[in-house]
Amino acid sequence: MKILNLKPLKSLKTLMTASVLSVTLAMPLNTVQASEQEVNVYSARKEQLIKPLLDAFTKESGIKVNLITSKADALLKRLEAEGMNSPADLLITTDVGRLYRAKQVGVVQPAMTEDLKNQVPVNLQDLENYWLGLTTRARVIVYANDRVNPSELSTYEDLTDSKWKKRICIRSSNNIYNQSLVSSMIAHKGEQATADWTTGLVKNFARKPKGGDRDQIKAVAAGQCDLAVVNTYYLGQMLNSNDESQKAAAQSVSVFWPNQADRGTHINVSGVAITKAAKNKDNALKLVAFLLSEESQRWYAEANNEYPVIDGVKISDTLKNWGSFKSDELNLSELGKNNIQAVRIMDRAGWR
Amino acid sequence: MVALLLTMPMWILVSFVFEPTNENWQHLTETLLSEYIINSLWLMLGVTFGTLLLGVPTAWLISQYQFFGKGFLHWALLLPLAVPAYIIAYTYTGLLEFEGPVQSYLRGVFSTQTVNAWFPEVRSLGGAIVMFSLVLYPYVYLLSRAAFSNHSQQALEASKILGAGPVRRFFKIALPMARPAIIAGLTLALMETLADFGTVQYFGVPTFTTGIYRTWTGFGDTTTTVHLSLILLAFVLVLMLVEFWSRKQAKYFATNTSGHAKSRFIQLKSWQSITAFIFCLLPILFGFLLPALQLLYWAITTAQSEFNAEFIQLIWNSFFLASVTSVVVLVLAVFLVYAKRIQNHASTNYAVKIATLGYAIPGTVIAIAVMIPLGWLDNTLDTLMRDWFGISTGLLLSGTLFALVFAYSFRFLSVALQTVDSGLNQVKPSMDESARTLGASRFNILKNIHLPLIQTSLLTAFILVFVEVLKELPTTLILRPFNFNTLSVRAYEMAADERLADAGLPALLIVLTSMIPIIILSKLIGRNHA
Repeated sequence: MKILNLKPLKSLKTLMTASVLSVTLAMPLNTVQASEQEVNVYSARKEQLIKPLLDAFTKESGIKVNLITSKADALLKRLEAEGMNSPADLLITTDVGRLYRAKQVGVVQPAMTEDLKNQVPVNLQDLENYWLGLTTRARVIVYANDRVNPSELSTYEDLTDSKWKKRICIRSSNNIYNQSLVSSMIAHKGEQATADWTTGLVKNFARKPKGGDRDQIKAVAAGQCDLAVVNTYYLGQMLNSNDESQKAAAQSVSVFWPNQADRGTHINVSGVAITKAAKNKDNALKLVAFLLSEESQRWYAEANNEYPVIDGVKISDTLKNWGSFKSDELNLSELGKNNIQAVRIMDRAGWR
Repeated sequence: MVALLLTMPMWILVSFVFEPTNENWQHLTETLLSEYIINSLWLMLGVTFGTLLLGVPTAWLISQYQFFGKGFLHWALLLPLAVPAYIIAYTYTGLLEFEGPVQSYLRGVFSTQTVNAWFPEVRSLGGAIVMFSLVLYPYVYLLSRAAFSNHSQQALEASKILGAGPVRRFFKIALPMARPAIIAGLTLALMETLADFGTVQYFGVPTFTTGIYRTWTGFGDTTTTVHLSLILLAFVLVLMLVEFWSRKQAKYFATNTSGHAKSRFIQLKSWQSITAFIFCLLPILFGFLLPALQLLYWAITTAQSEFNAEFIQLIWNSFFLASVTSVVVLVLAVFLVYAKRIQNHASTNYAVKIATLGYAIPGTVIAIAVMIPLGWLDNTLDTLMRDWFGISTGLLLSGTLFALVFAYSFRFLSVALQTVDSGLNQVKPSMDESARTLGASRFNILKNIHLPLIQTSLLTAFILVFVEVLKELPTTLILRPFNFNTLSVRAYEMAADERLADAGLPALLIVLTSMIPIIILSKLIGRNHA
């Protein structure tokens, strides 16, 4: 009986041995040493949009920063599971809903000092010192230059007008920024009015929600719809893209700031909170101060076209071109509070 | 015991059954649940059709015939496996969407109305089915190819001598004999389809998984999230039971293992040879070449980041994690399958079945199910140590690579189990019995008879798990330790920020890194059969 040709089996064995060896070698990688000055960050901001600042902080202060980036909800769950032994000192999120939730589930502490709080507008921070906004992101209407006259536009509410039938593109209601927009509507207009507004908006969709914010802008540029509701920094990224087709698409649309005559344009923030289990609280506060410094704020304005939360920061040309705008001064905690209601309303309206 | 430990995450999930449902659950059943179920069912049906269509005929051609370019196609047919589904979704959207180059070109040639009228929408249920079929058919191909070439040869020879034509041979002999393997491959493809989030989310197709995420992120409600996952599991369980019952009577063993005779490939004539080549090339073209070229194009022309030392680290981390996990999973799988073979206790069988279910659970849910018990274990131990000895042990397991490998093992065990199991099933028990009679110990039988006989299956399982880990995203993202990045995390972060061009390079590197074991191990398998 000729069965054996052992060669592959042997190589499999070699492979196994090699793998086991490499585990042993690589293991010490994970031990975080407690002796040196450090701060541990859980960030929902993507690495590209936080690491350069953290490196600058380390260079300036000598404090080492350890980083994990992930989705905000996963980070919250991880903080919960790790409890008081969690290594994290600082939580960074890209929307206020998650900061609100972090406060609700008790994984962050009221540690923001007066000094820090004074730098940030009151509506962009937690009244009980749990979190601070770091940058502002505005959700605006963009319109096709050749098919829409900006004088036809006025408010978010007006988007339900029948003149926009089959002309609006917007992404899925899974998206947190859409959830926040609807939450703000609940805070201002109440649930019933918001439910009616959502139903009206869905009727005016040009297509089923799909893709991200950039895709909505591209769809406007290509003529599939005439209006889109998006965050400004996506348009900013497209305008500054290396890809000529993206650039051309972005140039064929313009920004309209909704609700300038009344409450102002809807905004959200990326923000920061100190964790309850923080063991390097002082260093964490130093890092927060650094993120609020003019240098960091300018970096966000330039690298990602987000709006600074402190005054007097030089902003990018892209932001300058869009002009200044009046933002909604609703305290952002309201967005977190209304989020669940917002999702339900969107579900019932058939906003997928 | 091992199975019990491995299925711990599953028990954590099941324990949520006892949590009362809340108003979110009621809201879901009133609004979206039926849509989730219907879409998921259509998706499964479509992917079943698609993967069988691409996987089975190619496997048959490769295993039976000699034709132009076969040496290359043999392993290249596996390549689409290395492309994460959400990445292929992005690349095809870039090419085929309304504002993409293809439609824009067509609008230039024909009128806008004509193109709008008949050009199908990529981001749709149908589009999702095509995407999944393109990257998941290799499961079916791989497992059915092994079955076709390993064990049905003699029956085929015999039927040929008795005058059965190729079509008849395929449907009457090969297909029924390879059925367990084909079903195993199909099950893997379907489970992965069910667990996918990135693709259906981007395409705007609300399925079970998007529902699970939405409940978690929108409502922040873990209980309802897990309840939804359990329904998903029930889905899979029913699938598995149906398959189990339907083949209960039929057991196929190779009658003689000396069947690995020298090549009996049938030489195809010129035009047949070219047709076969083209047929096998198509899935590679659309599942691999085209997306890879698009990624390459992005990486070269528009990306803002470039290849540097950091990427070497990313490649190493990915490669390292994938190798370690593959070995761990392979050892576990052999252990479990073997335990099942020699004991054949109902409890062992069920434990193995349950361990298999992990593959259908979205990575995020698995990450939660691993995080909770490990966090509890660490904190309990810490408290005990403080009370007794006044020392704090902190978190020993949470946030380490151990947690990550544990989660992977649970998630991907199914891949290895199905493969090894379908390999071992074809070794007839009489061989064990003869060896026992001759006084060989269990361990010796495993080492000297079974492992060599099923080495093809072992290598196959290794490739599959390796590639899976390499492209796996949510678990890695959620459980990884500080400062530990992988290629898939990088690709995801870029893509999630809608910077597709910058996702090009890491995605391309995932594909290239996956090619290493695919090529090496395919060569080994090939040599083994030559």
